[in-house]
Amino acid sequence: MARTEGKTLTRGGGFRLSELVEPWTLALAAVATLMVVDLYLIFMWAPTERVMGHVQRVMYFHVPIAWVAFLSFFIVFLASIAYLWKRDPKWDALAYSAAEIGVVFATLILITGTIWMRPVWGVWWTWEPKLTTSVILWVIYVVYLMLRGYAPNRSRGATFAAVLGIVGFIDVPIVYFAAEWWRSVHPSSVVGPLSEPGNLDSDMRVVLMFSAVTFTALFALLVRERVSMRRSEDTLRRTIYSARTAAGR
Amino acid sequence: MRRALGPVAALAWKDILLEIRTRDVVVSVLVFGFLIVIIFNFALNVTPAVVDELAPGILWVAFAFAGILAMNRAFVLEKERGSLDGLLLTPASRDAIYFGKMLGTLLFMLVVEALLLPVFAVMFRFSAFSPGLILTIFLATLGFATVGTLFSAMAVNTRSREIMLPVLFLPVVVPVIIGAVEASSLSIGGEGSISIARWLGLIAVFDAVFLVVCPWVFGLIVEE
Repeated sequence: MARTEGKTLTRGGGFRLSELVEPWTLALAAVATLMVVDLYLIFMWAPTERVMGHVQRVMYFHVPIAWVAFLSFFIVFLASIAYLWKRDPKWDALAYSAAEIGVVFATLILITGTIWMRPVWGVWWTWEPKLTTSVILWVIYVVYLMLRGYAPNRSRGATFAAVLGIVGFIDVPIVYFAAEWWRSVHPSSVVGPLSEPGNLDSDMRVVLMFSAVTFTALFALLVRERVSMRRSEDTLRRTIYSARTAAGR
Repeated sequence: MRRALGPVAALAWKDILLEIRTRDVVVSVLVFGFLIVIIFNFALNVTPAVVDELAPGILWVAFAFAGILAMNRAFVLEKERGSLDGLLLTPASRDAIYFGKMLGTLLFMLVVEALLLPVFAVMFRFSAFSPGLILTIFLATLGFATVGTLFSAMAVNTRSREIMLPVLFLPVVVPVIIGAVEASSLSIGGEGSISIARWLGLIAVFDAVFLVVCPWVFGLIVEE
């Protein structure tokens, strides 16, 4: 907002919206609007599932959240490669931010999944391949954040984390296949009426797509904000460091 | 070929020689692995009726945890005496250093496993000398050593390195553990080689992927 103060907005021929409000505020407002519409669609507009009832509405959160979590770990993977190649801190900031937000979303996958699973499948947890992969993925990226905390300094932490970002992501498909085959050996005890949303009603599909777009927009906003925070932290750290060096400490 | 393999062999031989003189790794890891077997025996009450189902799991928990102990040692000595910096100054390539350390770790683990396996076989009453089981142990241990050497080089540079190695290592080797347990269970149960081949294929894919990726990133983490 500060940038637009003191400007005269009364030029002839109208003014641009971006002169009135900052783009970030605009983006925030857009995401908030999307989210409100999304909530309306989920709870008011979407049809109630015949077998599972209202609890099936968790799907409109669970599936988009899972998509966003996998997207964020894919971004970590790409940004890690870019960082190891170019050694540009901006890629590290992106990898770190995406990992941090990815861990939050991965935690939400497990939570929303459990809420949905309990009434439908009758258990809080089962070693179904998607669940197994999700929980391993969650652990790998929690360790990713730990690794940065335990590293001797920031730049080595960034390198180590980038290595794990690459190795961990490559590992995910192998974990999935292993879990899939493993399950075919050990038949799961789950005999739920609907283990996967196979044939989605067209209205449900619309709401699901809308929800996916909404969560992706939220994710983009969060990553952008976290990256800029990370950059400010780096600038601040450098300023303090150079001030200390100048003071002879 | 000789030029490429020379430094690898020299580095692995250095670790082997050190091990022959001190017997630090093999003895301690062996005792640790043996203790895991004993503890599991009490924890799970392994009666003859369930031994076929439980033995492969216990075997691989013992091998994985004992392996972590062996890998921890791979870079601790280099770090403590500052000899890693010396290694990096030699004309040996980063890949040669990686493969040298990996070969040493692989060998120590295989020796420990070869000594533990007959003990297992006697205690849990199964035949240890089936080709399927031996091939499984070799492929899975190769997978462990491949990612373990990389993570060990990372963990040794962090604070609380004893905990960092297992938490880095275990989630990534989940596919190897799943494959190894299933393949061993099939081969102990006397199943045909076709059903074992699928699991061995999975472990082999893991090994191949990480034998390419790990040396590449290893060069980057020891550089600084």
